[in-house]
Amino acid sequence: MRKITISIFAAAILLMGIGVWRNEAAVVLSKGINICLECVGIG
Amino acid sequence: MDKKKKQNRWKIQLAATLATNPFLGNFLGGKIYKGNLKSLCVPGLNCYSCPGAAGSCPIGSLQAVIGSSKYQFSYYVVGFLIFVGVLLGRLVCGFLCPFGWFQELLHKIPSKKFSTKPFRILTKVKYIILLLFVLILPITVVNEIGMGDPFFCKYICPAGILEGGIPLAIADSGIRASLGWLFSWKSCILLAVILLSVFFYRPFCKWICPLGAFYSLFNRISVYRLEVDQQKCTSCKACSHVCKMDVEVYKTPNHPECIRCGDCVRACPHHAICRTFCMKASERKEKAGCEK
Repeated sequence: MRKITISIFAAAILLMGIGVWRNEAAVVLSKGINICLECVGIG
Repeated sequence: MDKKKKQNRWKIQLAATLATNPFLGNFLGGKIYKGNLKSLCVPGLNCYSCPGAAGSCPIGSLQAVIGSSKYQFSYYVVGFLIFVGVLLGRLVCGFLCPFGWFQELLHKIPSKKFSTKPFRILTKVKYIILLLFVLILPITVVNEIGMGDPFFCKYICPAGILEGGIPLAIADSGIRASLGWLFSWKSCILLAVILLSVFFYRPFCKWICPLGAFYSLFNRISVYRLEVDQQKCTSCKACSHVCKMDVEVYKTPNHPECIRCGDCVRACPHHAICRTFCMKASERKEKAGCEK
């Protein structure tokens, strides 16, 4: 396996893990379950 | 060209669109799905305010996290994007993105088609949009409690209007009554993208999409990639002539603009281009000896 690819894969998984640990997924969920006023053009 | 193989891509695009937007009944009620799946990102550009959406748009999520008062960077979303990018590169654009497929369908409308090669410089614009509207502005332009707007979603993204704004406004009179100049502005962008898509191939993907810009950074190193067997290649340029993303495939098969649609693979008269999905360099070389 190419070291660079594996390293980036590992870094990506580590980053996701840190993000979950920091509870960032809750922010994503909170934004996702409410209508995004900016997205739909209300502002 | 192998028509059977070509037909398969739209089936995957349709399946990906339905998998991303399985809650079709919500279109009638003007509601959005509010379950826990929304904490997960989908690989393509698909507005999380689309009534059918099961997951969250990665670009919207990235701006939501870095624009919140609590965080300045999103490890979660960036990690996800890097993971998908290294695994698939811009295959996501060619196979899994609903908005990319939408543009492709528009391009099938019979009309005179124009090359985007003269506008190649515009492919750099999407990187500026990624940096400025997705990363810099949501972090730096904040209100009194430290929250930044999702600038790309708010001022540019036509997918939000197509998938979220229009269906919700049709079904919900309250939303319809709230629409103002921002809806008009973004509708103009959507209309421009629709018109351009009829005459040019995937203009939004080529010039504007920050998600495509991000994934393109990984095209050269992604696990899924194209390989050219130099022993078979005669540099006849048949691959370049069919490439609608303006890539000279025989020279740079993993160019940042390549969306892995596979047109070049089918067009090559010498079967010199093939798709590989492996991380071992030695294995790649073996697989590059493409089968007929």
